[in-house]
Amino acid sequence: MCLAVPGKILSITDEDDALLRSARVSFGGIVKEISLAGVPEAKLGDYVIVHAGFALARLDEQEAQRVFTTLQQMEGSSR
Amino acid sequence: MKFVDEYRGKDAAARMAAAIAQVTTRPWTIMEICGGQTHAIVKYGVDRLLPDTITLIHGPGCPVCVTPVELIDKALEIAALPEVIFCSFGDMLRVPGSHSDLLAVKANGGDVRIVYAPLDAVKLAQRHPEKQVVFFAVGFETTAPATALAVLQASRLNITNFSMLVAHVRVPPAMEAILAAPHNQVQGFLAAGHVCTVMGYTEYEPLAQRYRTPIIVTGFEPLDILHGIYLCVKQLEAGRASVENQYARAVRREGSREAQQLISEVFEVTHRQWRGLGAITDSGLGLRERYAGFDTVRRFGAAAPGATTPTECISGLVLQGVKKPQECPAFGKRCTPEQPLGAPMVSTEGACAAYYRYRRSPPHSRATLQETKP
Ligand code: SF4
Repeated sequence: MCLAVPGKILSITDEDDALLRSARVSFGGIVKEISLAGVPEAKLGDYVIVHAGFALARLDEQEAQRVFTTLQQMEGSSR
Repeated sequence: MKFVDEYRGKDAAARMAAAIAQVTTRPWTIMEICGGQTHAIVKYGVDRLLPDTITLIHGPGCPVCVTPVELIDKALEIAALPEVIFCSFGDMLRVPGSHSDLLAVKANGGDVRIVYAPLDAVKLAQRHPEKQVVFFAVGFETTAPATALAVLQASRLNITNFSMLVAHVRVPPAMEAILAAPHNQVQGFLAAGHVCTVMGYTEYEPLAQRYRTPIIVTGFEPLDILHGIYLCVKQLEAGRASVENQYARAVRREGSREAQQLISEVFEVTHRQWRGLGAITDSGLGLRERYAGFDTVRRFGAAAPGATTPTECISGLVLQGVKKPQECPAFGKRCTPEQPLGAPMVSTEGACAAYYRYRRSPPHSRATLQETKP
């Protein structure tokens, strides 16, 4: 039920009312209309994590790398 | 897919597993809250990469599984009405009520439809003004903003033939119930990452302190889960108990203010009955008085509580992590996804369904991350 999937914003329908703002989001090629009411900061080309037609959060590219740098650091320090 | 594939690599998983083994000196018991994480653990064999001294127990994070049977019965009763289009997420269709399920109602001519988003149900109501459209709102805080938005839109557009059967539950009170239970074995938690995208994690800070239990906000891919376990074990070994965010690519400490505002505009905190677990104080969300016109129960009247037939389903024990699915005498015999006795066998987040799909045959390999096909 809490399954949420990352997708890329292809286009945005801007509305005066932030509650109605929506986007076409591609999930590996499958495109769906998604509400952006929860992520006013989301821009074209951003990746958002989507659940039940609602974008929950914008994905942070830098933070996404952190687990890999942590791995390298751990291995560096244990050698 | 970006933000998915890189967290499923065998090599990184093996390295993270080695790091876990290196910091583990004692036995530890860790619970993952969310059923989505349970499925990933069983599907990819994440538990089989861990040192034998680390036990993962599966938590109650399956909203479908904890929806009380009385509410399912209510849904079945309403879905059978000729004027109703009953909309639900696909997971709910096979969940057994006391005598039947939504799929059977549909087979008998009920207009039951699977929707992807709650807003789709509002659109259906616009297209079918002669019908009553009911949406079965099941889910945690992850789902609540989407259902709140549907109510708000229906309200703004003055749609009067739309209503919602609300079964929303909240995670932190359930975690506290687990920690406060006398037989509690949980020493550390992996908190549900997607719940935290909405709510943030400040609610967990007092819990971590009061029960001296580390809580790691964790994502859903195998590498996320291993990383969450690593951070949890490090805290446990050092005698620390704080909240840490493994899933920082999607979760900020304060969560999403916009999504929280949607929830609190439409819903208020209520007591809620959890199937298999009993009543938990403040563990649910209900419609606020100003949106009571969208409440399905008010619109159609409350059901007379039917007699619930006792079953051999031990879902309460499975949901608390006291028993593993295979320890249920009905597992795979009298209870299968085709003929389920309990919701955990049908939900995509139910632990019984995960074990049924991925764990009926012996493991092919112990050493590497391996996707098991159902
Ligand atoms: S295997 Fe079936 S009967 Fe047993 S606990 Fe799971 S859902 Fe219930």
